[in-house]
Amino acid sequence: MSDGQRETVIEVRDLTNAFGTHVVHQNLNLDVYRGEVLGLVGGSGTGKSVLMNTILGLRRPQGGSIQVLGHDTQRASTRRGLESRWGVLFQNGALFSSLTVKENVLLPLREHTRLPEKLMSELADMKINLAGLEAEAGAKKPSELSGGMLKRAALARALALDPELLFFDEPTSGLDPISAAAFDDLIADLQSTLDLTVFMVTHDLDSLYAICDRIAVLADKKVEIVAPMEEVLKSEHPWIRSYFHGKRSRDAAIG
Amino acid sequence: MMKSKRTDSKPIDISVQREGGRVILIPVGDWVTDNLAKMDQHLREMEAQIGGDQAVFDVRDLGRIDLAGAFVLGRTVRSCTRPHMSFAYIGEHRVAQKLMAEADANSEVCPALPEPRNLWHLILVRSGRAVMRALNEGVETTAFLGQLLITFWRVLTHPRRIRWNAIINVAEEAGVNALPIITLLAFFIGAVVAFLGANLLERFGAALFTVDLVALAVLREFGVMMMALILAGRSNSAFTAHIGAMKMRQEIDAMQVLGMDTFEVLVLPRVVACIIMAPILAFAATMAGLVGGGLVTWAVLDVSPSLFVTRMQENVPLIHFWVGIAKAPVFALAISLIGCRQGLLVEGNVQSLGERTTASVVQALFTVIFIDAVFAMIYLELDW
Repeated sequence: MSDGQRETVIEVRDLTNAFGTHVVHQNLNLDVYRGEVLGLVGGSGTGKSVLMNTILGLRRPQGGSIQVLGHDTQRASTRRGLESRWGVLFQNGALFSSLTVKENVLLPLREHTRLPEKLMSELADMKINLAGLEAEAGAKKPSELSGGMLKRAALARALALDPELLFFDEPTSGLDPISAAAFDDLIADLQSTLDLTVFMVTHDLDSLYAICDRIAVLADKKVEIVAPMEEVLKSEHPWIRSYFHGKRSRDAAIG
Repeated sequence: MMKSKRTDSKPIDISVQREGGRVILIPVGDWVTDNLAKMDQHLREMEAQIGGDQAVFDVRDLGRIDLAGAFVLGRTVRSCTRPHMSFAYIGEHRVAQKLMAEADANSEVCPALPEPRNLWHLILVRSGRAVMRALNEGVETTAFLGQLLITFWRVLTHPRRIRWNAIINVAEEAGVNALPIITLLAFFIGAVVAFLGANLLERFGAALFTVDLVALAVLREFGVMMMALILAGRSNSAFTAHIGAMKMRQEIDAMQVLGMDTFEVLVLPRVVACIIMAPILAFAATMAGLVGGGLVTWAVLDVSPSLFVTRMQENVPLIHFWVGIAKAPVFALAISLIGCRQGLLVEGNVQSLGERTTASVVQALFTVIFIDAVFAMIYLELDW
């Protein structure tokens, strides 16, 4: 598939974000294409989460435009309808603590569809299974879950409405390497089965290598490079060099 | 590539053909979540019709399909030929086979939530649990008091371990800073009592007894009670929230690892500061209540301040003042003890912080009123 034919799912143009006088993004541009897994990396304070929140319409930028699936996310009126087409996995899950896991998964179904109660319950069960949780986990409260289960439960909620676009904020942070790898596999699996487009903020080099089709690097207030891993590795940018070729990179591990 | 405008999705339908022992299911239209509502019941009824026959899906005219659609399609067959089977298809679809296999693989049903029992059973169980919990809390709080007394004794025998800085900090925060609100509220309560008394007693021609009423009520009860209520609502919750937040950030664990005694560092200074400050606050509240009552009797009954004071001196013995003020340290002990204990019970999450703060205030208010009732009975026996 050449870039020319690919449908753009997220289109960020000339985005400017600032906190007071501190400019985080300046004239930032980014395209995410249908069916790809895009990994967003960047040093602390480069505004990875700010960018994701702006795309989701949780934060109003100082300038620029954002289109997600053809909708302007900055206005509530044009964002309507989008909520059932995307799923978001927040860093700590953001499950509703007063509801059980199953009720959490049922919530978007109840809000956005008019399905019979029994069918919603069946669908919720399936999504919980799909996210790799034991059936018993459905009746548990979020506070009774381990970190890895919490992420899976949040994934089940994000998948509740069969979205075409998924956002992940550091999906593997706080997981041990084995659980992180398992979660990576799960994301890759779901992505290929369900034809998802995935936008993923991450620090995890393993995730980047394992599941990302393209990698966007935030540096100097803009997206320094968006490209497949091989090309990113060839970049001469100092931050990118030290990130991908530094002490904790794969080069170092391999020796 | 398929465009996905969900607004223009085609309505769904399914038809069934029987052909030589096979059932051919022909779904048409867009089998996506939004479209399934009307189809669900129809599909459930179809399950019975298909029976044990081998089912084949003809997917040639199938439009879009998502996981939910694949799930309900597969369900028609699954329930008669469980467990999981591989589906047979006629024709090719871009994603249908993949999605149906995925949905089928994950169609294990979560165990149902326990059915609620009947109402009376529930009421009995709940109230029983509540009573047991309340009793348990009482026992635990008493144990906490015991632990505090032991710590207190240890600190008394090693006076260098008294943390004066912490005590003075708490005395300022929980005591001095609460002074304005406590005096203001006591002032109003005094005024209210005076209004009540003036209205009622004037009818009997005993208007002057309003002075006695105000003095008795404020000295014995309302002064110290206002102090206790504010302390319970304000400082007690602050203790729980502060200690609870420290617990959540593992500061308490850090203290224990460093060999510090949490009772000595966190609990004792708060309790001591409260016990020292409470009589002072209660005194201020009592005075403010008398001023409030005095001003109202002056305004309504034309009883001058000097007459008010003279009458009080003649008719209201000093013992009533001591009866009131003596309760203050006991209230303070209970309130600060409950606040600290609940704070230490906070677990790692924000929800438990909220629950504990609520529990802390409720228990403190309950305990204050309970202790007040006990005092009333003691004073009755002593004839004070």
